Amino acid sequence: MLSKKASCDSHGQDSSYFLGWQEYEKNPYDQVQNPNGIIQMGLAENQLSFDLIESWLASNPDALELKRNGESVFKELALFQDYNGFPAFKNEMVDFMASMRGNKVKFDPNKLVLTAGSTSANETLMFCLADRGDAFLLPIPYYPGFDRDLKWRTEAEIVPIKCTSANGYKITETALEEAYQQAQKFNLKVKGVLVTNPSNPLGTTMTRLELNHLIDFAIEKEIHIISDEIYSGTVFNSPSFVSIAEALTERNLEDAEVWNRCHIVYSLSKDLGLPGFRVGMIYSNNQAVVSAATKMSSFGLVSAQTQYTLSQMLKDKKFTANYMEENQKRLERRKEMLVCGLKGAGIRCLESNAGLFCWVDMRHLLQSNTFEAEKKLWKKVVCEFGLNISPGSSCHCSEPGWFRMCFANMSEETLMVAMQRIKALVESTIVPQQTGLSKSRWLKNKWVFQLASYEQEPDR
Amino acid sequence: MGFTLSNQQQLLSKMATGNGHGENSPYFDGWKAYDSDPFHVTKNPNGVIQMGLAENEMCFDLIQEWVLNNPEASICTAAGVNEFKDIAIFQDYHGLPEFRNAVANFMGRVRGNRVTFDADRIVMSGGATGAHETIAFCLADPGDAFLVPVPYYPGFDRDLGWRTGVQLIPVACDSSNNFKVTRAALEAAYEKAQKANIRVKGLLITNPSNPLGTVLDRDTLRSLVTFINEKKIHLVCDEIYAATVFSQPSFISIAEIIEEDIECNRNLIHIVYSLSKDMGFPGFRVGIVYSYNDDVVNCARKMSSFGLVSTQTQHLIASMLSDNELVERFIAQSAKRLKARHMRFTMELAQVGTSCLKSNGGLFVWMDLRRLLKEQTFEAEMVLWHTIIHEVKLNVSPGSSFHCPEPGWFRVCFANMDDKTMEIALSRIRNFVAQYKEPIAPRKNNRYWQSNLRLSFQSRRMDDIMMSPCMMSPHSPIPQSPLVRAT
Repeated sequence: MLSKKASCDSHGQDSSYFLGWQEYEKNPYDQVQNPNGIIQMGLAENQLSFDLIESWLASNPDALELKRNGESVFKELALFQDYNGFPAFKNEMVDFMASMRGNKVKFDPNKLVLTAGSTSANETLMFCLADRGDAFLLPIPYYPGFDRDLKWRTEAEIVPIKCTSANGYKITETALEEAYQQAQKFNLKVKGVLVTNPSNPLGTTMTRLELNHLIDFAIEKEIHIISDEIYSGTVFNSPSFVSIAEALTERNLEDAEVWNRCHIVYSLSKDLGLPGFRVGMIYSNNQAVVSAATKMSSFGLVSAQTQYTLSQMLKDKKFTANYMEENQKRLERRKEMLVCGLKGAGIRCLESNAGLFCWVDMRHLLQSNTFEAEKKLWKKVVCEFGLNISPGSSCHCSEPGWFRMCFANMSEETLMVAMQRIKALVESTIVPQQTGLSKSRWLKNKWVFQLASYEQEPDR
Repeated sequence: MGFTLSNQQQLLSKMATGNGHGENSPYFDGWKAYDSDPFHVTKNPNGVIQMGLAENEMCFDLIQEWVLNNPEASICTAAGVNEFKDIAIFQDYHGLPEFRNAVANFMGRVRGNRVTFDADRIVMSGGATGAHETIAFCLADPGDAFLVPVPYYPGFDRDLGWRTGVQLIPVACDSSNNFKVTRAALEAAYEKAQKANIRVKGLLITNPSNPLGTVLDRDTLRSLVTFINEKKIHLVCDEIYAATVFSQPSFISIAEIIEEDIECNRNLIHIVYSLSKDMGFPGFRVGIVYSYNDDVVNCARKMSSFGLVSTQTQHLIASMLSDNELVERFIAQSAKRLKARHMRFTMELAQVGTSCLKSNGGLFVWMDLRRLLKEQTFEAEMVLWHTIIHEVKLNVSPGSSFHCPEPGWFRVCFANMDDKTMEIALSRIRNFVAQYKEPIAPRKNNRYWQSNLRLSFQSRRMDDIMMSPCMMSPHSPIPQSPLVRAT
């Protein structure tokens, strides 16, 4: 009776990533009212710097009151449905994006398309670049929501680019080529590569070398690059963030064909911590993409009310500069807290310099080097120790035992409680004797030595 | 770096390079004329008056006053600023409970509290535009079809068909019976689809109608329900103009019909709603999918991730629409003012021998200018239309843009301007009609002349339509979409 899309599960919401959320919803932690509830560590939200925003709003009432120089602009906003977006807002957005990239690149508001969150931006780009059945290559591990955003209604395919902990998950030329060949084997036409930089779930930024490999690859194969840069403002440590825009400019590729095949996705959900406001965008040098995406944005425009309020906020450059600096400081501090807490429990993280989460190595806590064991451990963590963390398999990681833990969506006190629970978990877990892997050997190496590659499809 | 058209066609998807968005149409000329020469009562009194935009500007004074007196709705009280965080981080696609409750409450009141709506069935979408696309994705696969009575809102082709691959099949209606939807017409359209091996998944109706401004009577609604129930296809009711009904006969919602003694599988019934027309808030992108089918609710809710309503807006709307005093006052005043505007308009037109379809809702009239056509053809309609735009300086919408089967009808919007502007528009129409007692002949060398004017009634599969230069208007498309505003 319904469509295939409605009846199948390619919305991806039966994955463990979302199931953990459901468990949390049933029994959410509250410091006072439910201290034994589940702590949400699966939500990549930035709640560390709201006080800065709130105080700005209190001092600048026009922004929320929808006034301009004391005069109400309510009617103007209520009627504003132009899919080209509120000009004042787009002008401020491009300045903001540039400042986040150290002003090494400049952006043109006419190349910016506003969408209802980056969820909508990513889907829209896929509709613009891929026909049904075409494929995009994505480095694993990747954000679980991409299965829904890139594949569900578009009927596009994702082919993974194998990245492993052996080299810190760096994207190599070999891995790119292998993924491309894999797609060919399945008769899938590859239309592009989508990278998340800084990475979710890894929390690392791409190196110049990686970016150049990516650009070379896109030139050779004549395919697109989508760079999801929604965490670009969360880079709190070196190496500094290098946007795809910067990498292209550095190589003087503004007149090259690949310039028209590079597109950036951005959002204010992570950097400014405003996921509820649904502010996403696509930036593209390709006029045809801008044109098509703009028309498609009709299906998910940004509320004019929100465009106005944020245009006022972003206009205050002193505020935004101060906010970014302070926010990054707080993120770094909080991340260090988590890393230290985990270290105290004998757990290591991938070294990271960005994002709202850590990529945590719990392989030594697995009963066996399998995804079944990972799932078992995950269930234990959620149900017995009350922490909703995201298992690596939900991010399509090829190696069992990695988990993403978020740190920016809770108070310090709550994080402390989470650390205690982790310690308790470790104490309750017997370190396994794995084939070919002794405890001491594990401790010697920073990264796990290369295991046999697994063809196994990770759990959904 | 220049790109040839074929380069782009290979580089981008067929969807992106095709015509499924519907914006490469000759109807751009009206918008272009307005945008290049917009009327302003003092700064540009001879400019083009916008009458192609179905917007409701009748009651902003009430709303603005309320907003001023209720600062917490804008989160800008001292206490409210602390609420800011909770609202800003809330991204649950169920939506703020108070928002859903308020919308359900409003929808019920607009229907005179004759029915109630379940807040748990309220699903958000990116405007009604997003709602329609979502419904199509939920109910139909690529290649499937929906039946739609003509004339219908031009945006449906894009909303239901562009990215979904769904087709629209027109159900014939004409002025001989005031464009009523008949069982015979429905059956004929259904048969036609069957013969062409096209699977019909549903029937889409707009009630009150755009562009007609009429409401469906009880018998018609019941016959529609019987039809879809027998055929086991869905019924999607776009009720976005529900609160714009200003006189008898009163509006009857599908929600009321299914509560009556009638055989109906409720899993087939879905309502699309929005605050863009009733409240006049198109900029806030508040679209709603309301389905009686639990699976559709669940699926649509997941899809709503692609077009959630900003929580800042949810919060504002929740506050506003849970103020029953405001809601009742607004509904009453809006109807009163629309009625007055409509009456003034139709009476003035009648005095110069121009009739409109009898209507009691909507933000427009369906004006009958058939007698001014030299010949009853769509070419003649286009000529008349260009004359109205460029000489009379009114941007109105020709019936062919709504897939109307008879030439000579025009949709004229009246609720998007103040009284002064309306009087000026009326005087222009009066002068025009008086001047052109004779039908307007098509001019041979008319530079506005376009071939290929008539919209094809055949279903358009997106994949088959490639952008070709000859389909584009010789005037470069204006940056702003008429389809976004021509609603």
